[in-house]
Amino acid sequence: MADILKRNKALSVNPLKASQPIGGSLATLGFNRAMPMLHGSQGCTAFAKVFFVRHFREPIPLQSTAMDQGSSVMGADENVVEGILTIAEKSRPALITILTTGLAETQGADVHRNVREFREANPEFADVAVVAVNTPDFTGSVETGFALTLTEIIRALVPDAKEAGTYPGKRKRQVNVLVNYMLTPGDLEALRDIFEQFRLRPVFVPDISDSLDGCLTDDDFSPVTIGGTLISEMATLGDALATVVIGPSLTKAAELLEQRTGVPSYALDHLYGLKANDALMSALAEISGHDVPERIERQRSQLQDAMLDTHFMLGQLRIAIAADADLLNAFVDQVQEMGAEVVAAVTSCNVPLLARIPVASIKIGDLEDMELIGKARKAQLVIGNSHAVDTAERLGTPILRAGFPLYDIIGGYRLTWIGYRGSRQTLFDLANLVINYSHEEIPVYRSVYGQKPASEITDYPLSCH
Amino acid sequence: MKSTKDIAALLDEPACEHNKKEKSGCAKPKPGASAGGCAFDGAQIALLPIADVAHIVHGPIACAGSSWDNRGTRSSGADLYRIGMTTDLTEQDIVMGRSEKRLFHAIKQAIDSYHPPAVFVYNTCVPALIGDDINAVCKSAQERWGVPVVPIDCAGFYGTKNLGNRIAGDAMVNHVIGTRDPDPLPLTVQRAEIKIHDVNLIGEYNIAGEFWHVLPLLDELGLRVLCTLSGDARFREVQTMHKAEVNMMVCSKAMVNVARKLQQHYGTPWFEGSYYGITDTSQALRDFAKVLNDADLTERTEALILREETRIRKELEPWKVRLKGKRVLLFTGGVKSWSVISALQDLGMVVVATGTKKSTEEDKARIRELMGEDTVMIDDGSPRALLKIVHDYKADILIAGGRNMYTALKAKVPFLDINQEREFGYEGYQGMLELVRQLALTIESPVWEAVRAPAPWKIKSPHPPFAKGGDAMEEVNNG
Repeated sequence: MADILKRNKALSVNPLKASQPIGGSLATLGFNRAMPMLHGSQGCTAFAKVFFVRHFREPIPLQSTAMDQGSSVMGADENVVEGILTIAEKSRPALITILTTGLAETQGADVHRNVREFREANPEFADVAVVAVNTPDFTGSVETGFALTLTEIIRALVPDAKEAGTYPGKRKRQVNVLVNYMLTPGDLEALRDIFEQFRLRPVFVPDISDSLDGCLTDDDFSPVTIGGTLISEMATLGDALATVVIGPSLTKAAELLEQRTGVPSYALDHLYGLKANDALMSALAEISGHDVPERIERQRSQLQDAMLDTHFMLGQLRIAIAADADLLNAFVDQVQEMGAEVVAAVTSCNVPLLARIPVASIKIGDLEDMELIGKARKAQLVIGNSHAVDTAERLGTPILRAGFPLYDIIGGYRLTWIGYRGSRQTLFDLANLVINYSHEEIPVYRSVYGQKPASEITDYPLSCH
Repeated sequence: MKSTKDIAALLDEPACEHNKKEKSGCAKPKPGASAGGCAFDGAQIALLPIADVAHIVHGPIACAGSSWDNRGTRSSGADLYRIGMTTDLTEQDIVMGRSEKRLFHAIKQAIDSYHPPAVFVYNTCVPALIGDDINAVCKSAQERWGVPVVPIDCAGFYGTKNLGNRIAGDAMVNHVIGTRDPDPLPLTVQRAEIKIHDVNLIGEYNIAGEFWHVLPLLDELGLRVLCTLSGDARFREVQTMHKAEVNMMVCSKAMVNVARKLQQHYGTPWFEGSYYGITDTSQALRDFAKVLNDADLTERTEALILREETRIRKELEPWKVRLKGKRVLLFTGGVKSWSVISALQDLGMVVVATGTKKSTEEDKARIRELMGEDTVMIDDGSPRALLKIVHDYKADILIAGGRNMYTALKAKVPFLDINQEREFGYEGYQGMLELVRQLALTIESPVWEAVRAPAPWKIKSPHPPFAKGGDAMEEVNNG
């Protein structure tokens, strides 16, 4: 049980948090032929777009209702309806999400009514799914915005089993996989491979591995996502054998899906480290009725071997982690499995999961909080996003870059963290950082009587980064 | 190439206990069942820490190629020893007899590029076999370029690593020591109230900088270390070793010939000691005072020991609780066997068995003294034998050289690296803190349980980990 330390300062310095519409956009971008539209001023969208472009190094479809002074004061209903219509006419996407921002919510927008109005006025666009989600900036984070949006998409697109005539197990190999924001395109590719080794067909909801995986296509331009979960697939979720849910933030989405379809859920907190992946493999063995494949058992042994090899570097290592709750929890589990100590755990906002993360205390705050706690508790290594690189520099520690956004490295979006293999890579990466940068050496001592040559008086400090 | 007579002379070491017994640590390695290094290995390890020297390995790539930059020894400044240099002999060199010429040019290149105060040339098997006269090459190179060039004739086939250590020591005595007098003691560091004594440490390698835990204490006592052979040493320091008032043989008897010859040539007394563990560190400091026969020094030494022991015992208290009663299998060469035993016993740990393959008779006697007559001494260092003892004696941890690390890990046995490749320094009072930290780190690590337990799907359980339906979520969330 973690002691949750709430925000206790006026100024957020070096923020960790990214807003809900970012999470909502990311969830939307995992569907095929989709377009997220932020209901707010143009800046809301522009910043979000830059955020994604820097992280994924891809063109990102993202629209705005472009609220101006007039609509902000007098009401922006028309902006929403007009925005949906424009996108529908121009690109005829399969899915448009309307994600509210702080501006729209403060104004008192009712985007659900706006969507109904659009529907009534434009029956010719009945094939364009339109989902409105309340994702104000002033509450929650990427994590909650992603989860809320996924929940609303399920609510809008997954039919009730009785009405649609779906039943669990009708599709004998299909497993629905609800994945949270922390699974990268690289993770999803690896996860698909694992499912297929159990002779299962995973349907990822959403699937950014098919839309944001950095793939060069024949079309030179597409206004909407190319790839991702097919909207038509949503109607088949009720026929799956089971639903695997990854991430505590998706609990509500999973409950809704199970309620609608009757397909049993298998909830996993994350897929980092030995225990977490043991739980995944056990679940897949049970769902599929197949034994765990030899290849996977071998990868498990490889991870165990890596655990032994790296425990010298990671044991008792004092680690500071700044991440949203699901990711924080995953890293805490993985590094604790190695005997490391999480001395600073900082997260962006309060969610139920925090209470059961096994650390003494969790600070809801920013990267400055991590810096101060990390300094006080002598952190030796930092895990955080690209913004935390400077923090680590000031702390004099190496950093393992993880989470959102990763803008100062190439290919951060496709790093694979999950599975036995991904977990092994994480251990190697951490251990290498320790070997190369974080090893606390005995300070050089020069005897006052020493006969060393006079030319040796200067010191050569080693850089950390 | 050394003659059989030369080698026999090196093997005959009157200061070594092994001389009195037929079967000894310098015994011939057994083909098909040997794990130790060769004479070249031993010589290079002994001298490479001399940090400002250009160390040239004369031979084909195998010798330097697989061994350079592979030590944990640290320097406080000069770092030329980290630059790997070899003549990398080719088939042409060997067949056409060009290797001496290549060596000659190699020495020039090293001098031109790096301006070292001296060049050490290590001979290896192939040039020794084809009859390269490295003594002559070194001599003419030295004359030609005016930089000391020291031949270390240490071809691998001459014998074991231990012999290589001695060859290295011998080369220092014959070519380097006594070629310069120590710097005059600067006025700034003289203290009116105490007399500064000059001392040497032989066989101290400053692994991971661990000697820096000890050196400040020696400074405080007014013991000027003319040279540590060879950790963090400089060529100009080695040159002055003949002027010490006392030599301490630190780590191993391997370079005992240096101590003996310095006594023979210059009358310097020597004693043997270790800086591993509280007891031994204090003993070593006392022995300096005793041999130097300085009453004031003795008094100050006792005060320092009291202060340091009190401090460190207090700091170790919380760790001792965690390590008390834990069972250790110690498998390490030579003198380290007994010196580490006392360090572990200081912590309340139980040493169940110890390796004595490289230990001298005197080392073994000390071990018996520390652990009792019926202590298990291990001569067979094969992985299988080691693991059997770990299991038979229920050891909680294997402490051994890095080479055995993966043997232990593959058998899922906690492990601590104690040999030269390690990254942590354990010497002196302060080093004990690092030792306990590392011991606790591996013994208490959760990974052992994680790797010993079978995969969950291998356990036949009446309750599968996932029950169908709503309960499943509960289960996984809790698990």
